[in-house]
Amino acid sequence: MLKVRELRVAYGGIAAVKGVDLDIADRETVCLIGCNGAGKTSTLKALARMLPAHGEIRYRGDDIVQWPAHRLIGEGLALVPEGRGVFARLSVLENLAMGAYCRDDRGEIESDLQRVLGLLPRLEERASQLAGTLSGGEQQMLAIGRALMARPKLLLLDEPSMGLAPIMVQKVFEVIQTIAAEGVAILLVEQNAKLALSVSSRGYVMDSGLIVLADSSAMLLDNPKVREAYLGGE
Amino acid sequence: MDTLIQQIINGLVLGSIYALVALGYTMVYGILGLINFAHGEVVMVGALTALSIVKALAGTGLPGPVIVLFGLMGAVPVCMALGFVIERVAYRPLRNAPRLAPLITAIGVSIVLQQLMMLGWGSTYLSFPPLLSTAPHSLMGASINDLQIAIIAVAALTMGGLVLLVQRTRIGRAMRATAENPSIASLMGVNVNRIISFTFVIGSALGALAGVMVSANYSIAHYSMGFMLGLKAFTAAVLGGIGNLAGAMLGGILLGLIESLGSGYIGDLTGGVLGSNYRDVFAFLVLILVLVLRPSGLMGERVSERA
Repeated sequence: MLKVRELRVAYGGIAAVKGVDLDIADRETVCLIGCNGAGKTSTLKALARMLPAHGEIRYRGDDIVQWPAHRLIGEGLALVPEGRGVFARLSVLENLAMGAYCRDDRGEIESDLQRVLGLLPRLEERASQLAGTLSGGEQQMLAIGRALMARPKLLLLDEPSMGLAPIMVQKVFEVIQTIAAEGVAILLVEQNAKLALSVSSRGYVMDSGLIVLADSSAMLLDNPKVREAYLGGE
Repeated sequence: MDTLIQQIINGLVLGSIYALVALGYTMVYGILGLINFAHGEVVMVGALTALSIVKALAGTGLPGPVIVLFGLMGAVPVCMALGFVIERVAYRPLRNAPRLAPLITAIGVSIVLQQLMMLGWGSTYLSFPPLLSTAPHSLMGASINDLQIAIIAVAALTMGGLVLLVQRTRIGRAMRATAENPSIASLMGVNVNRIISFTFVIGSALGALAGVMVSANYSIAHYSMGFMLGLKAFTAAVLGGIGNLAGAMLGGILLGLIESLGSGYIGDLTGGVLGSNYRDVFAFLVLILVLVLRPSGLMGERVSERA
């Protein structure tokens, strides 16, 4: 599905990502954990072509490292950005429609809309409200629902738990697991390492722009170094 | 009373034209946060293009309204192409430059367009052939002619169409999404550059329509006519709240009314010291008052730090 080699990203001469290798197989949920400033979001933004990057990003066979961002979603690669990025002045339904912007199969879009609203019932209640009036958790649901409207094959999720109340975090992660069970490959970036490892099959640990550990999630959860540094030393 | 009604009619006609031009400023500002100061010149190019077509066809015996329609049909695509090129040449290369840079190129484009049109069309005032019926109908003691009715009606229909485009269509939704957050819009698959081009093209088409209206209504066109018209329409956009479509329409109509009523009554109010030749003062008085008292405009959501 996704094969990344020697990915590098720099902001004005300062390297944020210094040669990252990543692989995601079909239908696989993989997480990328690490501290604040480790380069996780930069990696994800580079994959979504929101930042200029060097190296190789092979998505379903194509090297997309030079592609413009707007080409990806039509190919099934969708990003739920950090901070949600819903269109505050568009209604909930209009936000969802933006997710299907690249599709022209009207009937299918309508049935996907019903499916997404079924998966995220809070959005149905608020369908005609402006997205800016939603709570943080509802906005996160909307951002995920919007990405689902594109029928992604690979979903990149950037810090979906950020700023949410624990009950909402739990709901968001239930939704993520449902999506994964439907066969969508997921790359999950999280600071909440424990939660991220609990829903993924493999994990990468990132530090200072590099992948420092890669293993199955179960092994990472047991790894003393990971426990020490990222799981609160439990 | 007659004067009042008459000035309201004149104000609505003028205001419809301001509103159409103001929409061009406000749409571009809404998406790019940029004041396209060359927009007035687009209006002027539309007026002169239509004028030439109309003059060429004036002797053919075609009915007047048909000839003017041909003029409009020529002016609109010319201005659309011009708007597209202006964005490509003057603004796109400066997309990430400091704010002052595109403002300066806008003024540069303005000067270039004015001078080019002066070379082609001369520096004298050109008269627009009187092809449209200006026979007055009486309305509540005042008079209104077919052309004025047509201007108000066409402007209203066009603005209604624009609202439908922006609020109800896929591309309109993409425009609103891009205006709010271009990088997130591109994640949705929106080709932001294409949306920006589209916005310039639509705004320029509205400008062409306004240019034909203004030159037909006042029977005159001139290479520098876009300057004052552009400034006033910009004022209208600021009055309504720049970046806000409904605001541009409201601001345009209000400014037209203020200017008409002001110039209609200024003579009486000042005992004849100042006459209606001071009409331009009103627009700029409005601009200054809005900027001092309510910089976000009547319908603006937030105070703009970028204007």
